[in-house]
Amino acid sequence: MTTQGDYMIKRDGPYSASFLWEAPGTWDLSTPEELTDEQKELAKLARSFLTNEVEPVREKIESKEDPKLVPNLLKKAGELGLLMAEVPEAYGGLGLNKTTATVIAENATGWTSFIVPLMCHTGIGTIPILYYGTEAQKQKYLPKLATGEFLGAYALTEAGSGSDALAAKTKAVLSPDKKFYILNGEKQFITNGGFADVFTVFAKVDGEQFTAFIIDRGTPGLSIGKEEKKMGIHGSSTVPLILQDCKVPVENVLGEIGKGHRIAFNVLNVGRWKLGAACMGSCKRLLEYCSKYLKERHQFGKPIGSFQALREKLANDAIRTYLLESVIYSYAAALDSAWATLDKSGPDYYKNVVKKIKGLNIEASIAKVFGSEVLAYLSDDAVQMYGGYGFIQEYPPEQFFRDNRINRIYEGTNEINRLLIPDTLMRRAVKGSIDFMGELQKVLAGLKAGYSKADAKEPMAVWQDQLAAFKRLAIYFSGVCAQKYMEKLKEKQALVITMADLVIESYAMHCGFERALKIRKLKGEAAAQLAEEMVICYMSEKIPEMLIRVRQALFNVADGNEKEFSSYTKALERLIQPQFADTEKIKEKVAAHILEKERYAL
Amino acid sequence: MKIGVLLKQAPDTETKIKIKQDASGIDESDIKWVINTYDEYAVEEALRLKDAAGGGEVVIVTAGSKRAVDSMRQALAMGADRGIRIDTEGVVLDSYTTAVILSKAVQSENFEIIFAGKQAVDDDCVQVAQMVATALDWPAIWPAEHIELGADKKSVQVTRPVAGGVKEIMEMQLPGVLCCDKGDHEPRYASLPGIMKAKSKPIAELKAADLLSGETPKVKWSGFGLPPERKSGKVLKGEPEEVCAELVKLLREEAKVI
Repeated sequence: MTTQGDYMIKRDGPYSASFLWEAPGTWDLSTPEELTDEQKELAKLARSFLTNEVEPVREKIESKEDPKLVPNLLKKAGELGLLMAEVPEAYGGLGLNKTTATVIAENATGWTSFIVPLMCHTGIGTIPILYYGTEAQKQKYLPKLATGEFLGAYALTEAGSGSDALAAKTKAVLSPDKKFYILNGEKQFITNGGFADVFTVFAKVDGEQFTAFIIDRGTPGLSIGKEEKKMGIHGSSTVPLILQDCKVPVENVLGEIGKGHRIAFNVLNVGRWKLGAACMGSCKRLLEYCSKYLKERHQFGKPIGSFQALREKLANDAIRTYLLESVIYSYAAALDSAWATLDKSGPDYYKNVVKKIKGLNIEASIAKVFGSEVLAYLSDDAVQMYGGYGFIQEYPPEQFFRDNRINRIYEGTNEINRLLIPDTLMRRAVKGSIDFMGELQKVLAGLKAGYSKADAKEPMAVWQDQLAAFKRLAIYFSGVCAQKYMEKLKEKQALVITMADLVIESYAMHCGFERALKIRKLKGEAAAQLAEEMVICYMSEKIPEMLIRVRQALFNVADGNEKEFSSYTKALERLIQPQFADTEKIKEKVAAHILEKERYAL
Repeated sequence: MKIGVLLKQAPDTETKIKIKQDASGIDESDIKWVINTYDEYAVEEALRLKDAAGGGEVVIVTAGSKRAVDSMRQALAMGADRGIRIDTEGVVLDSYTTAVILSKAVQSENFEIIFAGKQAVDDDCVQVAQMVATALDWPAIWPAEHIELGADKKSVQVTRPVAGGVKEIMEMQLPGVLCCDKGDHEPRYASLPGIMKAKSKPIAELKAADLLSGETPKVKWSGFGLPPERKSGKVLKGEPEEVCAELVKLLREEAKVI
């Protein structure tokens, strides 16, 4: 099933965009249909906490009139154990897996920006110490972070260094007695900064070696600036952090001196999946609100949910939510199965944990980009479906719409994440840790010899072929761009972004497809029908759209050379012939289903 | 202190009840099942009483099908110690027969007190807990709002509302049955560690058929139907005198209330 050259690393699961050449179902990843009873209980707990404790005080959270409210709610979440899921048992947590953490994240998300401080604490606020801390650091901080006694924050960004994080100016100098690092500089846009007890702060030792430090609130020389006035997520604290001769004990260096970039980027990878999971939760809440509203609101003597213009929106929203849910749970399952192979008691356990995360960083970037953009699509639709009321703050869509805007910016802008996808793919191809070149050769050879097809008896055989063809298109296009521009490809960002979009769409379709097949296997044909049709519907619309984009991009690549362009168009003809499904019928069915259930449900 | 809680799984109160197409019963396919609201108060009071008594055991007793285990686990996650489920698969029960099997199941447990919700939010029969008390020949208080353990730990002081906003304070010698209303205490959450612990707490299983010992339901269900849909209101227009006359006429002839 997997192509393994001599130089290939042995794999035990999906790795670095291997979905581009692996058929859905190659790895038996668990799906949301296979959640355990405990996971369902945890979902209920997170949801009741949200609806009983958080949403009733939504306006107070948003106005920040009581600065203690959010930290107190976080502590309450801590009492219920909602902050300890991912912390290992040895440090007072429960050591639950990513799938379980996903369940909590999506269910703790609702009509409030409270999810931002919650995710910040359990993600970038806790993870750096968990993955990179020394035993003493872990013992000191993790048990308190797990219960919410300590609240965490993460300080990477500076005024002059956002996406270019390594250009940070904050400087650390060892004190003459070698007991402290003296930090000077200013960090910016620090989520949870207003109340956090523990900060992971990045600074350059002697202005050169990028390094992470754990800094406690109250450390001399550390002060917290004024709350920013933001477009959205008003309930979250966002402040600058000022370091003026801040004396940080040397034992608070996190990880190795000069290796802070590893922490910064790997922690972001985890944060990216988490952001996607929260976006998925928001999508589900919006489908609940919108389906009810479409039934209640009457115009022209009928509920507006009877008008096809709005039913189509609702169906588009549900289809995208299905794909996003499939992506997020697939990522979590891949990480869980990879982690399950590791020796927990081994000395290199966390090193290996991080290695596995790195192996799925393309997928993490996709979770972030796809998640924030699907939610952008849904929250825009929601405002539209609510009409004038969608623009009014008393109704949910207004806040969802505003709050989501930052999701496309923080944890690495969607542009940075897109650029990372082909960049990682190409770097690993050159290094030989994935056999991208071999796969490209196969695609090129197939241009003459043709491609094998799925057995016609297989479920959705035509669409299996279509998905495989679309992935080959992604490989082909990436190959053409890489071979034409070589190391200059990085400067062709418009092309790189098209490459990334092909990979992102491939993954979304792949995960949705894989899950539909799994549902059929678990619950039978009838139960899988809706999921199958949703994937088909999405493919039927998305693939031709992407094909036009690729054609245009290749025209640009040909740079006026007609012969070259015609060789590309010939290749495209052979690579893929778009298939069409009756999307109108499918969407009618999906909309009717969602309206009946009044929520997202398969 | 050995404490029993009678717990029923019921549809979430927001569930839209649908009748099966052949009107033979309620369509359960889309129902979200939860702990009966008042039983959740009972669990909370039971856990508090255990603390007040300085220890003991809280046992959840449920008559229900396999799916009821979810709700029992939730009570265990809240802090109850173990469960007894009487499997009702394939048995039709009314309030009386339910009380029969529950009282049989609790007899050998030697509970010092039994908590129940004041009623189930699904059928609202308000009978089972009292019938269990009768079968055991124990006293029962309905509805119990505020409960305190006596200094001797052999009695409870119970506040119950009576007509006119007046509260009645009663003392009950144990053993006895308390039918809980919404009182001063919100039911606690099943915390995340609680949920993980509940996994390994035992739930014993009995069979309803074995406990019925020949008893049969006193109630027969002859049919199911939804209440008729409310007609939309009428707005009368015109001069006040005319509207008034029309209104009186309608009330007399159409609504037949005057």
